[in-house]
Amino acid sequence: MKYLFYPGCSMDTSALEYKRSTVAVLETLGAEVEELSDWTCCGASAASVVSDLLGHVLPARNLALAEQTGEDLAVIAGCSACYTNFRRTQEAVSEDPALLEQINRALEVEELTYRGKAQVRHLMDVLANDFSPREVASHVRRPLTDVVVAPYYGCQTVRPFSPYDDDQAPTSMLPILEALGATIHRHNREASCCGTSLLMTKQEVGVSMVAEILDGCEEADCLVTICPMCQLNVEGYQDKVSKVLERQVNVPVLFLPQLMALAFGLPDDVLMFERHIVSVKPVLSRLEQAAPVAAG
Amino acid sequence: MRALAAGKRGLFLATNDVINLTAAERDPTFVDRLAPTNQHIKRCIQCGTCTASCPASDAMDILPRQMWRMVQLGLVDEVLHSKTMWLCSLCYQCQVRCPRGIPLTETITQLKQIAMKQGAVASHQSEAFYRAFADVMRRYGRNREMEFMVRYFLQGNPLTAFKFARMGAVMMMRGKVHPELPVDREGRSLDKLFERVAELEAEQ
Repeated sequence: MKYLFYPGCSMDTSALEYKRSTVAVLETLGAEVEELSDWTCCGASAASVVSDLLGHVLPARNLALAEQTGEDLAVIAGCSACYTNFRRTQEAVSEDPALLEQINRALEVEELTYRGKAQVRHLMDVLANDFSPREVASHVRRPLTDVVVAPYYGCQTVRPFSPYDDDQAPTSMLPILEALGATIHRHNREASCCGTSLLMTKQEVGVSMVAEILDGCEEADCLVTICPMCQLNVEGYQDKVSKVLERQVNVPVLFLPQLMALAFGLPDDVLMFERHIVSVKPVLSRLEQAAPVAAG
Repeated sequence: MRALAAGKRGLFLATNDVINLTAAERDPTFVDRLAPTNQHIKRCIQCGTCTASCPASDAMDILPRQMWRMVQLGLVDEVLHSKTMWLCSLCYQCQVRCPRGIPLTETITQLKQIAMKQGAVASHQSEAFYRAFADVMRRYGRNREMEFMVRYFLQGNPLTAFKFARMGAVMMMRGKVHPELPVDREGRSLDKLFERVAELEAEQ
């Protein structure tokens, strides 16, 4: 199995640990991963606010690059905002040939043509559906026994484009977490929004959204996410969340591929736990207690 | 009190204010300016599923359902003066739950566009955020987080920087972000593409 991989801005910088662990986990599972060459920003939430056309041209530039490889490979996006932007443009051009024409008139300056053909998939979809739980389990060297994990999908992972899961109550992570041997903590904010850019522009509002998510996860050793924005927001503002909830909140937030890499026994330079704002140590010591010999 | 009624005399808002519809200035073309989602908005039946689904509605001066009614009624000034659209985090919950199938989240993006183009953004911080992001994207083709943050603080309220001081310091210590100086535009600059898009939009 071979994939084209679009990391996007976050996975290439602040969430480098997400990119590293994603590639390592997919390769461990036997897949071949090729990074899309010369990729640029998908436009995030900003481009479509500036103009409709810009909001489609920026994702289309990357999809055109993917089509240009001629390999007809699915493009994996690990960032839910990138994924949504790609799918949004894909959908828009499928309904509006005039838009596709406009996009291509713009892309002329980059000597690129978008045909509306490139297939885009969320990393969540690929991990949940291209590898069976049995395959995942076969790579586990260090079962996450007794580690209580709260799944957290966020919003755009499943909304509005989720051909692979329910957009209100997603379950894609569950078979994977079970295969890793983890104990799952279900809560009712699994597909709630982390607040995205509100943490930057209207911080109090964003913090209260994060607080609602963390409020239901008190019993968990860690949260596990599949979006760099979710990870940063849920991990990065816990000092402010503690004030809202009037209790000390200090829960590590891992990326799903990091958790998989941990269970697969992959090395520290893949896990990059030292980059976390909230220390991952409680998770590791839980593992030590469960199986001290298996460490390393 | 979160009652809404659009009767002969007025539109009642969450704030207990009443908009006098006879006296209010109304722009009947407002809905049509929200193309391509304009026709859908006309189908809104005021059920309130959007408000009930919105994770930020508590902080809004006009609730989502009320805003859509105001859009239908052409109350441009009231909608643009409200912070409601700038509190949308694009979670798409209202859109996927709307029983009329209206692309509400997409339409909020259209509203933001109108506000930006008219220079009537009711949230200075949001405008600074989008402008700073677009600048960095155009210049480097990819986001450069530190430069983006600096531009955002400078374009918005510089005091906002203090809200991020602790987190920023921790992120630097952990190697998640790196101090970086503005560099010359690299080969990946999207200048030409941005210019071309502006030209094409001017044609229309």
